[in-house]
Amino acid sequence: MKTDKNDRILLAHGGGGQLSDELIRHHILPRFDNNTLAELTDSANLELDSKSICFTTDSYVVKPLFFNGGDIGKLAVCGTINDLAVAGSKPVALSLSLIIEEGFEFKLLDKILDSISQTARDNNVNIVTGDTKTVEAGAADKIFINTAGIGVKLDGIDLGFKKIKAGDKILINGTIGDHGMTIMSQRKDIKFQSQLKSDCAGLADLITKLLEGSNGVKFMRDPTRGGLAVTLNDIARQAGLSIEINQADIPINPNVQTAADMLGFDVLDIANEGKVVAILSAESADQCLNICRKHPLGKEAKIIGEIVKPKNVPIVEMTTIIGGKRIVHIPYGRQLPRIC
Amino acid sequence: MLDRINKAQNMIETACKKLGKQINIMEVCGTHTVSIFRNGIRTILPDNLKLLSGPGCPVCVTDQSYIDNVLQIADNKDCLIATYGDMIRVPGKGGSLETKQTTANVKIVLSSEDALQLAKDNPDKTVVFIAVGFETTTPATAVAIKEAHADSVDNFCVLSGHKLVVPAMKALVSTKNDHIDAFLCPGHVSVIIGYNSYKEIVEDYGRPCVVAGFEPIQIIEGLAEICRQLADGKTKLESVYSAVVTAEGNTIAQKIIEECFEPADGYWRGLGEIEKSTLKIKDKYSKFDALKRFDITETPVEDTSGCQCGEVLCGLIDPPQCKLFGKTCTINTPIGPCMVSSEGACAAWYKYSLKEKP
Repeated sequence: MKTDKNDRILLAHGGGGQLSDELIRHHILPRFDNNTLAELTDSANLELDSKSICFTTDSYVVKPLFFNGGDIGKLAVCGTINDLAVAGSKPVALSLSLIIEEGFEFKLLDKILDSISQTARDNNVNIVTGDTKTVEAGAADKIFINTAGIGVKLDGIDLGFKKIKAGDKILINGTIGDHGMTIMSQRKDIKFQSQLKSDCAGLADLITKLLEGSNGVKFMRDPTRGGLAVTLNDIARQAGLSIEINQADIPINPNVQTAADMLGFDVLDIANEGKVVAILSAESADQCLNICRKHPLGKEAKIIGEIVKPKNVPIVEMTTIIGGKRIVHIPYGRQLPRIC
Repeated sequence: MLDRINKAQNMIETACKKLGKQINIMEVCGTHTVSIFRNGIRTILPDNLKLLSGPGCPVCVTDQSYIDNVLQIADNKDCLIATYGDMIRVPGKGGSLETKQTTANVKIVLSSEDALQLAKDNPDKTVVFIAVGFETTTPATAVAIKEAHADSVDNFCVLSGHKLVVPAMKALVSTKNDHIDAFLCPGHVSVIIGYNSYKEIVEDYGRPCVVAGFEPIQIIEGLAEICRQLADGKTKLESVYSAVVTAEGNTIAQKIIEECFEPADGYWRGLGEIEKSTLKIKDKYSKFDALKRFDITETPVEDTSGCQCGEVLCGLIDPPQCKLFGKTCTINTPIGPCMVSSEGACAAWYKYSLKEKP
């Protein structure tokens, strides 16, 4: 019983019987061809070069499933890779778990699996283990993906909040807000038409080059949900130091700015999926900036501010384009478009 | 742009020095409030120039009774609530649209057109459009009502919370309070109503009115024009947003409003009842009036939470002077609408202000 391309996922595809086997052998395995996965053992057996590893997991429920610049599959691979990379490790293996709603079209599933396979290849990681579950129609929204990942710690790299000192510089590898504004503009309930493109990308290569080319990197984080605002506030709070950024130095695509202004959003609060914020020693800032700018994912890299001693409690303060000052606050959890 | 900013800033400083006393300018638009805070404009102004955030945020000025009516309608399982995003967190009786309902029967829309489409897509539900806003959003609501009428979309109705800006400004300066020296008038609203609408405030109440856009430079230039007038002892009507605001405004939009709505006395949070300041749906379109469909009366409710949003909206206190600000009322646990709305003075103060943060 071979599934036709126009077929849809049935509950039985998650039942552990013949249909499950079909799903795995015809749709999943051919796309993630590697020896570890091919063994189909209960757990993946991995030989790693280091005793020290990073391990992370993330779930992906993005709507729409396909957006300009990416899709849920690409996001599921890049998101986990980026979490490993910013911790100073080289991503080597991912797990892939799919929760699929009954009735989901195979042609869409295949498109997502192709994207996962391509993104994993582009970023030199293998999908080494996985799981598929199906749920009744209405119990999930089309497809949810979880990926977990293992990264091997890069030699001699030790990153952490504790290393951050007043005077350190803050780098970002390009424009902010592209992913979040793209998703918002394409959502069914916000029919905002625009030419925006998500920045969804795997940052492992850029980050490895940065860490290998300079010893001045002290801490890194990918500013995903909550955007630059949450990431900078987390850094300030955890390091016990304040942050001063300069609005004029923050790269923003003018289309993203316009879309955010129209909806009443602050671009600093908007999610990114291909950005890294790096805290650098002042001496290494130029060197790191040069390394970033030579990489396709860091051409628009900028130093956007610095770490300073807190006056009272740690805060994030921004000098605005007109020379005014304001606080950068952690946004409320949900972006609500304004009335007028 | 920096040249223009410096020039305007110098003008403000010279005028404020000459005046030598505290000057209070009220911005009557939530979008101005947000832009002022987000761009740190207050931090570059002289100490004796104070900006007051007026009743220009549609969510903030909406009376508690309206919110309670919305929540009451939302309890009806056959209803779909179509609302602008800002409204869903405003607390009312027993919760808010966010906590009381699920996304199943509360849909965030960006326009009245989206709300009408929702009605067309869900013929088995009554779609109630939570129509708040000033003259900027009213024409679009009117268009939706007219379209619903023409296409017989009988499962669509509107709970009108629309308000008029000028009656509220008059109410503020006609009270005994003389704490407002001038108004920075809203850009978007003025596009519709035209700057001549503020003539009465200038001529009868002696307050300079200057219309400005929302870019930081436009706001600063608007403030500079006001300061110059005050220092020269003049009271004039000006627009520094002349690219889009005309004296008469958008007469087509005005006609559409007039066709569907008529001014009525109505309640504002903090300002109480103001004569002919709200818009009710005309009898011709009464079948699209949610008040009539659900047989609801608008009775003002007393707010017992201790929230001082009313005084904030009148410019009588700054948000940090409210007993609840930053203590029980925060961005994450808002009590009053000025903290809920992204355009509210309390939210802007809480999020962006460097000073007076508890």
